[in-house]
Amino acid sequence: MIVRVQTEPFDLATEVARLYRDKPKVGAVASFLGLVRDSNEGDGVHTLTLEHYPGMTEKSLEGIGREAFARWDLLDATIIHRIGTLHPTEPIVLVAVASGHRGEAFAACEFIMDYLKTRAPFWKKETTPEGERWVDAREHDDIAAGRWAT
Amino acid sequence: MKLKILYFARLRERFGLGSEALDAPAGVDDLAGLVAWLRQRGPAWAEELAPDRPYRMALNQEMATPESSLKEGDEVAVFPPVTGG
Repeated sequence: MIVRVQTEPFDLATEVARLYRDKPKVGAVASFLGLVRDSNEGDGVHTLTLEHYPGMTEKSLEGIGREAFARWDLLDATIIHRIGTLHPTEPIVLVAVASGHRGEAFAACEFIMDYLKTRAPFWKKETTPEGERWVDAREHDDIAAGRWAT
Repeated sequence: MKLKILYFARLRERFGLGSEALDAPAGVDDLAGLVAWLRQRGPAWAEELAPDRPYRMALNQEMATPESSLKEGDEVAVFPPVTGG
């Protein structure tokens, strides 16, 4: 499993290829790419700045990844989250999961994203035509994460 | 009891402080007690850390609850609900 928190861009094709190259047991890779949108709650968004808690962020993402490996039969996974200032159309987050079959890859990918959104210590601040504002947490993200409770 | 306390995002801006070393008085032995003590620092602290505000806490880089007990040298973080992804 690879976990990275970085300011630099990442390459989707390179990251996905690493999950199956030379691994003939991999039959499926599911990936999710999160992007900066140009609007939020009716206002234009010029930039999005991501703050995080160095140290805890990496531990939190590794813990979420380990939990996915405990729940599904996975062969590999990659979680990359960017920090710093980003612009609309730029990727923020990549979650990619490799498994023998698609069902486990799809489920684990969604699980990791749902837990990342509600547990990993990142905070978004956006600039709009009216100025800067912190993005509020959304209840539907908690509901999405709650679906995986056992 | 010596503690390291970190603040993030809106709380960091509101308190004008990203981190500090604190010596908590006797009687402060869990996160609830620590927050009650921090609230006495002024209006911004009382307002942001009011019981009905949705702040979260971590203890030694793990999500924690008000009942989590403190010990010498712990790292505590106080922050708004997370919004990554």
